[in-house]
Amino acid sequence: MHPTDFTLRGAIDALNEGTISSVELTNAHLDGIAKLNPRLNAYITVTAEKALAAAKASDERRRQGTVGALEGIPLAIKDLFCTAGTRTTAGSRILDSFVPPYESTVSQNLLDDGAVFLGKANLDEFAMGSSNTTSASGPVENPWSRANDPDTRLVPGGSSGGSAAAVAARLALGATATDTGGSIRQPAAFCGIAGIKPTYGRCSRFGIVAFASSLDQAGPVARTVEDCAILLKSMAGFDPRDSTSADMPVPDFAKACERGVKGLRIGVPKEYRLDGMAPEIVALWEQGLAWLRDAGAETVEVSLPHAKYALPTYYIVAPAEASSNLARYDGVRFGMRVTEPGSDLRDLYERTRAAGFGAEVRRRIMIGTYVLSAGYYDAYYLKAQKVRALIRRDFEQAYEKVDAILTPATPSAAFGMDEKQDDPVAMYLNDIFTVTANLAGLPGLAVPAGLDGQGLPLGLQVIGRAFDEETVFAVGRTLERAANFTALPGLRAGA
Amino acid sequence: MGKPRQIKDFLKKMSLDTATIRRIASLARIRLDESEVQQAQAEINGILGWIEQLQEVETEGVEPMAGGSPVAQARARLRPDVVTDGGQADAILANAPDRQGEYFGVPKVVE
Amino acid sequence: MSYTIEGRTGPWELVIGLEIHAQVISQAKLFSGAATAFGAEPNSQVSFIDAGFPGMLPVINQECVAQAVRTGLGLNAQVNLWSRFDRKNYFYADLPQGYQISQFAHPIIGEGAVEITLGDGTTKTIGITRLHLEQDAGKSLHDQHATKSFIDLNRSGVALMEIVSEPDMRSPEEAGAYLTKIRQILRYLGTCDGNMDEGSMRADVNVSVRKAGEGFRTRCEVKNVNSIRFVMQAVEAEARRQIEVWESGEEVFQETRLFDTARGVTRSMRSKEDAHDYRYFPEPDLPPLVLDSDWVAALKAALPELPDARRARYTAMGLTAYDAHVLTLEKETAVFFETVAKGRDAKLAANWVTGDFFAALNRLKRDVSDPPVTAENLGALLDLISDKTLSGSLAKQVFEAMLETGKAPGEIVEERGLKQVTDTGAIEAVVAQVMAANADKVAEYRSGKEKLFGFFVGQTMKAMQGKGNPALVNEVVKTALAG
Repeated sequence: MHPTDFTLRGAIDALNEGTISSVELTNAHLDGIAKLNPRLNAYITVTAEKALAAAKASDERRRQGTVGALEGIPLAIKDLFCTAGTRTTAGSRILDSFVPPYESTVSQNLLDDGAVFLGKANLDEFAMGSSNTTSASGPVENPWSRANDPDTRLVPGGSSGGSAAAVAARLALGATATDTGGSIRQPAAFCGIAGIKPTYGRCSRFGIVAFASSLDQAGPVARTVEDCAILLKSMAGFDPRDSTSADMPVPDFAKACERGVKGLRIGVPKEYRLDGMAPEIVALWEQGLAWLRDAGAETVEVSLPHAKYALPTYYIVAPAEASSNLARYDGVRFGMRVTEPGSDLRDLYERTRAAGFGAEVRRRIMIGTYVLSAGYYDAYYLKAQKVRALIRRDFEQAYEKVDAILTPATPSAAFGMDEKQDDPVAMYLNDIFTVTANLAGLPGLAVPAGLDGQGLPLGLQVIGRAFDEETVFAVGRTLERAANFTALPGLRAGA
Repeated sequence: MGKPRQIKDFLKKMSLDTATIRRIASLARIRLDESEVQQAQAEINGILGWIEQLQEVETEGVEPMAGGSPVAQARARLRPDVVTDGGQADAILANAPDRQGEYFGVPKVVE
Repeated sequence: MSYTIEGRTGPWELVIGLEIHAQVISQAKLFSGAATAFGAEPNSQVSFIDAGFPGMLPVINQECVAQAVRTGLGLNAQVNLWSRFDRKNYFYADLPQGYQISQFAHPIIGEGAVEITLGDGTTKTIGITRLHLEQDAGKSLHDQHATKSFIDLNRSGVALMEIVSEPDMRSPEEAGAYLTKIRQILRYLGTCDGNMDEGSMRADVNVSVRKAGEGFRTRCEVKNVNSIRFVMQAVEAEARRQIEVWESGEEVFQETRLFDTARGVTRSMRSKEDAHDYRYFPEPDLPPLVLDSDWVAALKAALPELPDARRARYTAMGLTAYDAHVLTLEKETAVFFETVAKGRDAKLAANWVTGDFFAALNRLKRDVSDPPVTAENLGALLDLISDKTLSGSLAKQVFEAMLETGKAPGEIVEERGLKQVTDTGAIEAVVAQVMAANADKVAEYRSGKEKLFGFFVGQTMKAMQGKGNPALVNEVVKTALAG
């Protein structure tokens, strides 16, 4: 077995058994990166030397008898997590040269558990996008391709496209990601892997470049549900440096994966049955429900009457918060600065931000600025926060009847790099199934569940109650086992 | 859900003029060339038109969500008044595009 | 008789409201663990949070919240158990995040009121609209470089209380008295040191003018006025400018202005020209600030005595209204006075503190918190007066010696033999000598020139080096002359 073909769980076991060292595992992944990254562009920055040094140190710790939960496991870190001493760009020109002097809490938690960082994964600029085509470091390519059209390069989804592509192509055993409207689950689904956005507050946001503060949440992507559970256990936890971090114990998520679904009630939101939905998506959803029933769950129709307003709500709240969060990129204390001779401060700001931000980021900042501007706050932002409260209430009412909700993860499989690029709204529709969980703060897990007619992966999404990731993992693992998803992308290390 | 067709209809109903686009860009401190104003206008109007559908939701008496917590009664934690940070001027200034000694430099500001 | 400014078209009334920015006394900043001390090396008291670095998040300092609550209680104001932070968005070189975290829609403190005392002894109640917590910005230095401004973020993130008054003031004097009163209350509470030179307290002054009986006209805001005197000057200068504008047939535009202290005029502030669309929205990085009523009650129970209460107590002790006022202006003065007066005659203590002691502070340029004579020693001096060890004039000599040497009065009296002579026989002997040496004047006195009486008393005291008990000397001289 090629070392990059291990699941994360499998690699932990092999390391524990001594059949492989962290240095070997890390080298195998670095070799894969060297070979495939020039094409996939999944990593913005590869920290090969640091990774090998960390792997050596890990092997040494192991010899000394110290073995963390992720001891020696090579991971990719989305380039939105600040990493001390390693350039962190957020996929933006404006942070092109930024080297944080501090480590994000989530990545620090992983380091504390013995993980090895291979490098910084590509992403849509400031995590704004659903295709990973807006990165200043160039687009990421999905390692999968259409069976009947292998030359069309596909997007990996976004914004965590680099993380998902890296994991799918076996360029990391797992990766950190973030999800503001679907940025973990959509790329996971597009790349045929699993990914969970936990409950808002489960993972600290400290040290993660902010996009939309009330929606952003970190989570893992990995090739199995259990791998996600293992990673989330390490990433999560109370952090006094994030006022929105939840002071709650972190359960053993991996253990919860094996709970099964017997006796669980699974909700099917009727509003998610969209007109014109692709038949393959409908079929996969039905199949998922059938698998859960076969495993002993009951499926129940529920109503989320305000779900259809989720996307427009999101496209008020997220740009509004982003317009404010991104004000700090002004060319004064860090990052890029653009001036002309004789530029005054205002000119410096305007040139720096025009040159430093890409088109989608500029667009969202302007929308956010507009919806917060004098006279429009009530009509837009306040209205959206009220609708958001209604969406949350819809879920609360649904969870009086059911234990978890099953939906498709995305309305389609991965699309071509040149498709959907001219109409922002068409692009935004990618998040139609995922965005409700962000608005309500709930956990959502994407699980690879099947292939479309072109041989591209499709995912299902499990949405749970607040802080009940355990049930989400149990349902996800059940789906995973039933789906027996064994298809592999064409581009992958060790292939 | 909003479809691109419907969006175009909305666009006709309410749209921002170029002066407003310029004002927003100015508030956001993003320099826009003349050609970019037109494009931004079309895109932003498209998005705003699509967002407009929210106005049909009845929200009378609804308490808006405060922040992202799924728990309605979330409240701020308070930290003790202890000095735990600072004393790191070099690290603070290390990424500065124009470091001037122990200060950040910017073009002269006239108040 | 209300205050007006006479224009070409007749008298104008002034309408004044103040927004006072008071730096909260705390060890660490409002949202970060960096220190707040004044005068540190540039950018040395800065966390990555204060500098607005990517991924940094605010966490609220409990003491800053407690200080705001104490201040609210001291201003007789409503404490809101549920409040919230908002972001005020604008770009400025010393505003690292591109927004200020403030409280816009739901401040921690609601309506209150304070009473001010004016020079003629009248009082007036000024309404407080609200008090909210917010973070300070950094500092721009414009005089360090020919073409650049330099940014120091040491102040960035320091907690401020913004105290907003109702537009209840009608004269520069009222504005000055109000700011004085707020400063006094905050210093009593220990919530702000009130050091206006160091920028711990500054005021934005809202001024408009109107004709008698009118509603409000357009107001202008004079920003960042940093002394009580300048507030009074700025009010008058701005009012005169507005009167000039109205009387020349033009309109006053609502705008932000600066007070040019050198020239005594206000001028338009260029840098704020388009900063009025602040795009406030709830700070998503901070859940609502929810206070427990028990905690607020405990803060209330622990509040120190405030100036109004203290002043009332002093008048009840028999002090004049003026002395009570002067002694309570600064908490340190009141504490000093009470130490002096403890177990002693309060009026005598007040006379000495407001008289010789204040004069000494002025002369020596010292402060009551660093007094040249301790309150204990001054009290001991009063004891020597009360038990007639020292006469009034001897006491003044001893006090001077105390200033010079820092010694206790008893010690000085011992050393210099300044003890008052109360032995009638000894005084009689001196008086006899004086009369013998001035026989001609004795004759003049006895023939009716009674104003020479003082001459004999003076000569006697002089001969006794001032140590004679004045009452006894008087008595003995009178008897002897009556001879």
